[in-house]
Amino acid sequence: MSSGPDALPGVAEPAREEATEEAPFVVRGAGLRAFLRDPMGVTGAVLVAAFLLMAIFAPWIAPYDPMALNVMNKFQPPSWQHWAGTDQLGRDLLSRLIWGSRTALYIALVATGVSAVLGIVLGMIAGYGPRWLDAVLVLIFDSFSTLPMILFALAVITVLGPGKETLILVVVLISVPYYARLIRAQTLSMRESDYIQAERTMGASAFRILGVHVAPNVVGPLLIVLSMDIPVVIMLEAGLSYLGFGVRPPEPSWGNILNDGYVSLRSAPHMVIVAGIPLVLSTLGFTFLGEGLRDALDPRFRRFGGPR
Amino acid sequence: MLSYAIKRIGLAFLILFVVMLGLFSMVFVVPGDPAGVALGPRASPELRAQLTERMGLDQPLHVQVANFFANAARGDLGYDVWSRRPVLEMILDVFPNTLILGLVSLGWALVLGVALGCVAVVWRGTFVDRLLGVLSVSMIAVPSFVIALYSLLIFSVWLGWLPAIGAGEKGDIGSQIRALILPSFAIGITWVGYLARLVRASMLEVLAAEHIRMARSFGLSERRVVLTYALRLALIPTVAVLAMGLGSILSSAVFVEAVFSRPGIGTLATNAVSNRNYPVVMGTVLFMTAFYLFVVTAADLVIARLDPRVRDVLRS
Amino acid sequence: MSLLEVTDLSLTYASDGVVVEALRDVSLTVEAGEVVGIVGESGSGKSTLAAVLNGLLPDNARITKGAVRIEGTDLLTLPEAGRRRLRGPGVAMVLQDPMQAFNPVLTIGRQLVDFQHHLKDLSRADKAARAEAMLAEVGISDPAACLRRFPHELSGGMRQRAAIAAALLLTPRLLVADEPTTALDVTMEAQILHLLRRLRTDHAGAIVIITHHLGVVGEICDRVHVMYGGQIVEEGPVDDIHHAPAHPYTQALIACDPAAIPGRAARLPTIPGRPPPLRRPVPKGCAFAPRCPAALPQCRTEAPPRVVLGPRRSALCHRVSP
Repeated sequence: MSSGPDALPGVAEPAREEATEEAPFVVRGAGLRAFLRDPMGVTGAVLVAAFLLMAIFAPWIAPYDPMALNVMNKFQPPSWQHWAGTDQLGRDLLSRLIWGSRTALYIALVATGVSAVLGIVLGMIAGYGPRWLDAVLVLIFDSFSTLPMILFALAVITVLGPGKETLILVVVLISVPYYARLIRAQTLSMRESDYIQAERTMGASAFRILGVHVAPNVVGPLLIVLSMDIPVVIMLEAGLSYLGFGVRPPEPSWGNILNDGYVSLRSAPHMVIVAGIPLVLSTLGFTFLGEGLRDALDPRFRRFGGPR
Repeated sequence: MLSYAIKRIGLAFLILFVVMLGLFSMVFVVPGDPAGVALGPRASPELRAQLTERMGLDQPLHVQVANFFANAARGDLGYDVWSRRPVLEMILDVFPNTLILGLVSLGWALVLGVALGCVAVVWRGTFVDRLLGVLSVSMIAVPSFVIALYSLLIFSVWLGWLPAIGAGEKGDIGSQIRALILPSFAIGITWVGYLARLVRASMLEVLAAEHIRMARSFGLSERRVVLTYALRLALIPTVAVLAMGLGSILSSAVFVEAVFSRPGIGTLATNAVSNRNYPVVMGTVLFMTAFYLFVVTAADLVIARLDPRVRDVLRS
Repeated sequence: MSLLEVTDLSLTYASDGVVVEALRDVSLTVEAGEVVGIVGESGSGKSTLAAVLNGLLPDNARITKGAVRIEGTDLLTLPEAGRRRLRGPGVAMVLQDPMQAFNPVLTIGRQLVDFQHHLKDLSRADKAARAEAMLAEVGISDPAACLRRFPHELSGGMRQRAAIAAALLLTPRLLVADEPTTALDVTMEAQILHLLRRLRTDHAGAIVIITHHLGVVGEICDRVHVMYGGQIVEEGPVDDIHHAPAHPYTQALIACDPAAIPGRAARLPTIPGRPPPLRRPVPKGCAFAPRCPAALPQCRTEAPPRVVLGPRRSALCHRVSP
């Protein structure tokens, strides 16, 4: 990454001129090719695809009914019948993990999707609307982003009670301000660009400018951020379910299985071990995918802020 | 500088005000009343009325708002629904545990992260750099409470080297340190990756600057160039991130504290949620938000002092 | 033995599989006490040449051929430690952008003291005193205060003076100034040129000035090398180049110099076309042929010969005859 002429600017003039000359023609193809050359991005894409397929086809892939009890057969370590063993009620863990990917991805995708849409709308309003509205919205965004994520989630859960819908709401409340700020910054910088100014003098409506020019341009960076935030949502779902405040049993969730495993850590350590694996692989997958996308599409774009 | 400080602190208070307003109104947007939330659906009407009165919920709305802010300003965050202990006292009781956990995690992560970032810079473009890159991303991605569970299983259950629960005996520093190792490992590992990347990126940016070329053109040793001329600049963004880190680490400690049954803000809040102890949950959220704002604002002011450029922009 | 001797130097940059030939068979010599100008457009390779002289090339640069000797020592075969010892007392640089030349979080004084690290037997206080004296010499009115300042507290002209002072602190045998006046306004430029001209007489070492501005060269240089497409297309004494340019590119450059245009012009003249692409494979013929008003058919197919026009005077062109 660092071997380009960026190492010492001002010296490598010829190389830089070449690059700007070509850039407009090759962006798409080069982006895809760059992505495919990057082993990390490809690994991420494969992992994400595998989890998506697993979630979609869970009923056909899972070898057993994830709810079927068989108390005689409880706490079985992994075997040929039960590749991941069984839990405290004798349910097949592999099947529960496969169904658990459905729960995790459903919450992650719905929550980030809703957040993205709301973030785009609010961000464009803040970036394009009147100044006082911008100031009010930014104050609200900033206030929300100072809330400690997990504690705030606990507060919402206390009020609304645990459940999938509460989880989604929490993620939306936490992510929207962050996305909206990103979109607002992009909108502000685009608003000043010459071609938008030209459109405005020609009398284009705000809707047209935002819909036709701004929106398509802000989606790219947002996609990268989304891909990197999905692991955070997966972690949050699993963590809250682990605490017993997320997905309610008996519905399979990786966090629930981890909690059941924690209770019997000494007698049946296999539960914690096998339930951690999909959690780690899926968060790695989405993060790698996001990294690869970012490096391929826009190396200048950096995710700001730390892990939350 | 002074006017900047006033502005920055004023903004922090404004944000805190909005947060409080948001938390306060949250109780009213939900169906049912806070007393109902606290007591659960099967509580008797008498009990409910009693609690309603105790929480001041029978007063007109504007009086409630005024009371809420007046109390908060005096440090009164309400009372535990069950034990009637002041919430602030309960928080201050366990807060040092969480703070120490956060500081220790961030401390070792900072040392290792900056070191790895510098290593990646020195060997930039090589296999080492790429390996560290993948490693950093992985450390960022893996959820800390999975690491907590795995390390608990390996080091406490199987090997028996370290305690599985608690924060150590009071007065026994040794046991307290031993109780810190696994939780701070689980929390800090994320930050090692994050800081390594941050230091690498800002270092590369600084090293490409013209003034570094200038320093090199005078034959300064590479060690001097990296450690005196580049690192000082590269660390400025790190300070800002560290402050945010301390703020956010403390709340992400919730899961890890739960795994190790370690007393702290996280366990306090978790137990309160289980008991529907609404004032305690709200109190912790408010307290941690205020703490976060305090740290971030302080860091901004420190940076303004560290970086002569910022210092001067502010002065003029 | 010349102070600086560059022979047949070729250098490439590689990025993303594209190889760019930034320098092609560049030769030049500089004698002690001389002031030599190197003139060219951006992308002609002149800044790359400056980077070669103090051995600070980007990672993707590769020298494919040639030698760079300073007082007989070949820089290219010298180990890094030896090269580092030469930086400063051997070759000192004044970089292009005075705004960015100093570290923003260290005071000017701290940096000027650090830059004297070659002078082992002086204390930091001695070095600070030397720095203060040198700042006074380059025309900074309150040198003691300047030492305590941070770079952003100085004006562009002050910073460039400080940068020149830094370079002179080590009494370098060769001073390389890379576009020393480009980032400055006209008054500042005149002052800095004045300073450089004074240095000619006081300073024993040689000076190489790299610029895209022929006017600057005319003011202070003894000899000029004109670069185009990574090659030196013409070299000679400054008066000859100004009054009897041999290469069509030099002629065009002189015609485009605003200072040389008498009276009011409706339009500033320009050289039509773009600088040549230097990515491999570089076309066989003369690099300037596509833009040359006097190009012959053979200019596009055959590499031009170096035609010697006199002592230390030559041109790289088919049309020139001795």
